[in-house]
Amino acid sequence: MRAYIPSYQLVTPPSLGEALDVLAADGGVWRPFAGGTDLMVLLEAGKLPHKNYLNIWNLKELRGIEVTAQHVTLGALTTYTEVQQEKVLQEEFPMLCQAASETGGLAIQNRGTLGGNIVNASPAADSPPALLTYDAELELISLGGARWVAYHGFHTGYKQMIIRPDELLTRIRLPRSADKLQHYYRKVGTRKAQAISKVCFAGTAQVRDGKIEDLRIALGSIAPVPLRCVKTEDALRGSELNQPAIAQARAVLANEIVPIDDIRSTSNYRHQVSLNLLEDFLRQLSA
Amino acid sequence: MTIELPCVVNRESIVLNVHPMARLLDVLREQLHLTGTKEGCGEGECGACSVFINGKIVNSCLVPVAQVEGAEIKTIEGIATDNQLHAVQQAFIDCGGAQCGICTPGMVLAAVDLLERNPNPTDAEIRTGLAGNLCRCTGYIKIFESVVRACQER
Ligand SMILES: Cc1cc2nc3c(=O)[nH]c(=O)nc-3n(C[C@H](O)[C@H](O)[C@H](O)COP(=O)(O)OP(=O)(O)OC[C@H]3O[C@@H](n4cnc5c(N)ncnc54)[C@H](O)[C@@H]3O)c2cc1C
Ligand code: FES
Ligand code: FES
Repeated sequence: MRAYIPSYQLVTPPSLGEALDVLAADGGVWRPFAGGTDLMVLLEAGKLPHKNYLNIWNLKELRGIEVTAQHVTLGALTTYTEVQQEKVLQEEFPMLCQAASETGGLAIQNRGTLGGNIVNASPAADSPPALLTYDAELELISLGGARWVAYHGFHTGYKQMIIRPDELLTRIRLPRSADKLQHYYRKVGTRKAQAISKVCFAGTAQVRDGKIEDLRIALGSIAPVPLRCVKTEDALRGSELNQPAIAQARAVLANEIVPIDDIRSTSNYRHQVSLNLLEDFLRQLSA
Repeated sequence: MTIELPCVVNRESIVLNVHPMARLLDVLREQLHLTGTKEGCGEGECGACSVFINGKIVNSCLVPVAQVEGAEIKTIEGIATDNQLHAVQQAFIDCGGAQCGICTPGMVLAAVDLLERNPNPTDAEIRTGLAGNLCRCTGYIKIFESVVRACQER
């Protein structure tokens, strides 16, 4: 059933400072509201029990993309459309652009934000696997100050995160790499647009003389959190790029992921597809 | 609790008196009687409620009205100018791109948006441009042809 709108509050603080004041004053009473593409769906379905929201859409401090020699830093309110338009991201972080282009349709891409995707904390979200493989870091700000945390480890359990109720996610930082990386991103869903993933795979690797010097692998929809597959990475790092290594990596990944049955797919299917995507990723790496 | 909220709708400056969490879709339809904007799903899937906010196409069912303070909104009612249909609207008529009409305002806006960004789209780009809009009647072919026609006419 639809929600009763007058029972909700949505206040618009004029500045970041005032937003943080509100969040700090009544710890947990006010929650951030960004592009609303997750929150409004819950509201419409009558499944939004929390009532008080802080409209952060206008906060300039959470917008814009900054490029320095070391990092590309994105405001938490950066939309999927803005991600796709940024040249440095296209060149150096193509999986993030691809994830953005496969998230919803254009109208969703104009409103949905990267920060909202992270803090909404769906294990099926499409940007997190890319962000995990790119070693993203998050800036969390409260009245007490700012801290940078690694995105890997940010999600501690299903919809559990290390962000505190008085904190806002303000920026997402991607370290630029001097190394030539190969990138592989695949979202598997029921249709191309608007579909929530059954499995989402992101991988980067550096290969030299037929040997995997370094690599990163992350998957979505196969665990309670978006998962960086460290064990599979360890099994492959330094190894030759050949059939025994691929078979061995499949076995390790099979034990590292814990997919579930739900309305979108089955555990079995997700298992099989994850292993196949890993193999496809490794086979497509050019030596 | 309502707030006073200035914005521009179809080139006219107005001040709304609204609850900040009200959906832009409901404000347009129920307060401003701009009933061209339709509700299909109410959850961002179908595109029937599409409008432009500051030139960007969005689903008005997912926008709380507080977020359009000071913004410029354009609905299907603002697409024709001086009684002259937009090329996309004319093409939908000429090619039979509408049946029941519920998806049509959103389809037309998605096509207008596409042609503004990309006057000569490929077939694949047209499909991507319309991917956020569902139609339960036409089977999409005539809609697709309408967009192709609109590109040729421009
Ligand atoms: C039709 C449709 C299709 C979709 N398709 C996809 C898809 O393909 N892939 C995908 O991953 N997602 C998809 N989504 C989900 C959604 O669009 C994304 O998760 C989006 O990135 C959410 O961002 P938002 O700004 O709209 O978040 P909001 O709805 O505003 O907020 C989501 C959550 O994050 C919190 N939050 C937001 N910003 C901050 C911040 N800066 N600091 C702290 N907390 C914050 C909010 O409190 C809330 O809990 C889809 C949604 C719809 C309606
Ligand atoms: S009614 Fe808004 S997208 Fe369907
Ligand atoms: S014409 Fe009826 S839904 Fe498209």
